[in-house]
Amino acid sequence: MEISHENYRVKYDVAAATVVCQGSFRLRGPEEYAPILELLTQAAEAKPATLTLDLRQLQFLNSSGLNTLSKFVLLVRKLNTSQVVIQGNRQFAWQQKSMLNFQRLLPGLQLEIA
Amino acid sequence: MTQIFGKFIERQEEYGEYLKIGFSPTSIPIQQRWRNNGLSADFLADYVYMFFPREDRTSSERQAEMKGVVSYIANELLENAMKFSYAPSQYAISLAMYLEADAISLYVTNSVDPKSLVAFQQCIQRLLTEDPNDLYMEQLMGNVEAENGGVSALGILTMLNDYGATVAWKFAPVVPEADVMIVTTMVRVPV
Repeated sequence: MEISHENYRVKYDVAAATVVCQGSFRLRGPEEYAPILELLTQAAEAKPATLTLDLRQLQFLNSSGLNTLSKFVLLVRKLNTSQVVIQGNRQFAWQQKSMLNFQRLLPGLQLEIA
Repeated sequence: MTQIFGKFIERQEEYGEYLKIGFSPTSIPIQQRWRNNGLSADFLADYVYMFFPREDRTSSERQAEMKGVVSYIANELLENAMKFSYAPSQYAISLAMYLEADAISLYVTNSVDPKSLVAFQQCIQRLLTEDPNDLYMEQLMGNVEAENGGVSALGILTMLNDYGATVAWKFAPVVPEADVMIVTTMVRVPV
């Protein structure tokens, strides 16, 4: 499953239980983020033992996007069946500044920031 | 009547180093304007990148970090202004960036819908008086409305909590005695 746009790409690899987000998320509010949240929800509801969110190439995320990813983390917390691994890249300011918040929402979440 | 919320710093354009861009809120549809937010924010961020010296590895990393910080904050402020400016007033949205040795300050000015003024100012009061950390978690947990009157609280809370920014607001009528107010949002981050 994949969402492609000129500025970003979201790809859900079912077999690897991994969602890869790339590019810049500057969408306008929850309505525009709905397809991305839908894809993330599908990945969470598949309830794999380990679910990886690869954000290593997500250069930019606005606050609406932060809200969307937080909803995903909260959903996984609610389902309580998967270990979440978020892969990040310190090179991008938003990851350096805001990534730890995901761990505050879900203390067992594993952050791998390179 | 002018109202100030927080530690607002007035600017005199005759002094210092600054960059200012203006947008007519009605000239193109919001969908197209939205694309410009990112372009403008990145333009300011690139400018900052050139402004700071890159003498060693540490300052080079710091320079890249500041670029990302300005890009995020400028984008959030513009998104906010585009979403909430009061189109019937036809008042232009402006974004100004002031560079100093120890801080970068961004100022965004836009008109406010008279109907949402009270909710907007109440939201600001909460942002300035309550623990931003608690408010932030409350927002992320989805316990409160993400947008309140004239401000995306989550955007401001990320600046306060994650970016160590100081945020303040100034409200003034478009013309004396007018119902429509102009708000200037100031965000200042240490360098």
